[in-house]
Amino acid sequence: MTVNELIEKSDLKPLNLADGERQISGVYNCDLMSVVMSKGFSGAAWVTIMANINAVAVASLTDMACIVLSQDAAIDEIMIEKAKAQDINVLKSEKPIFETSLEIHSLITNA
Amino acid sequence: MSNLVLKYTVDDQDFTRAGEASSDVKKKLKMMGVPPEAVRKVAIAMYEGEINMVIHANGGEITVEITPSQIVMVLKDNGPGIADIEQAMQAGWSTASENIRALGFGAGMGLPNMKKYSDEMDIDTVLGVGTTVTMKVNI
Repeated sequence: MTVNELIEKSDLKPLNLADGERQISGVYNCDLMSVVMSKGFSGAAWVTIMANINAVAVASLTDMACIVLSQDAAIDEIMIEKAKAQDINVLKSEKPIFETSLEIHSLITNA
Repeated sequence: MSNLVLKYTVDDQDFTRAGEASSDVKKKLKMMGVPPEAVRKVAIAMYEGEINMVIHANGGEITVEITPSQIVMVLKDNGPGIADIEQAMQAGWSTASENIRALGFGAGMGLPNMKKYSDEMDIDTVLGVGTTVTMKVNI
């Protein structure tokens, strides 16, 4: 499933859509950057509350498909600017991490 | 063919640019056709080192040399130095502040990750003078 298809089939709102045709290979959860650096994987939809500029760098370095900011994470404008500059997809969910992740997982496994 | 040498300046406490050097190296290695696993190891090890320089060491300089057989990263800072390397290498041990932890760092995994993802790592540190970390990743 692509990021565009995910947006179409869910309530996720794009905050920065850099490459909507990017394929999602799975869902990943974690808020500790060092763990994300070593365990995050290429093509992941990374559901997190870490709405900061460093999340963009980590998503870029681990080649993730998108960052999904969940549960009313306060959006940092500088983060979105960085995401634009680095071509990183950023989406937003109003639901908690687990519900958001489960929904994405269900959509991509049933696609 | 001469080796490619890249140089970067890491600014003190500048989280807006932290990771840019690592991203640039990753991009260049990919373009050069370096195997993905080696690129991943360099990206992780160098990003952790870069973040350490921002958080703990008032920034510094990074030199990356790319040879046909390995990638050598030298991270040099003029920070406070590391008092006890053995302790600093322990997973979970960190001197990072609450502010830094709130950003998702300071879990005490930086140095262990750097060692894990490099094939060779050497730390040269002098208290009050600075630290130079050399990491090698084989291609």
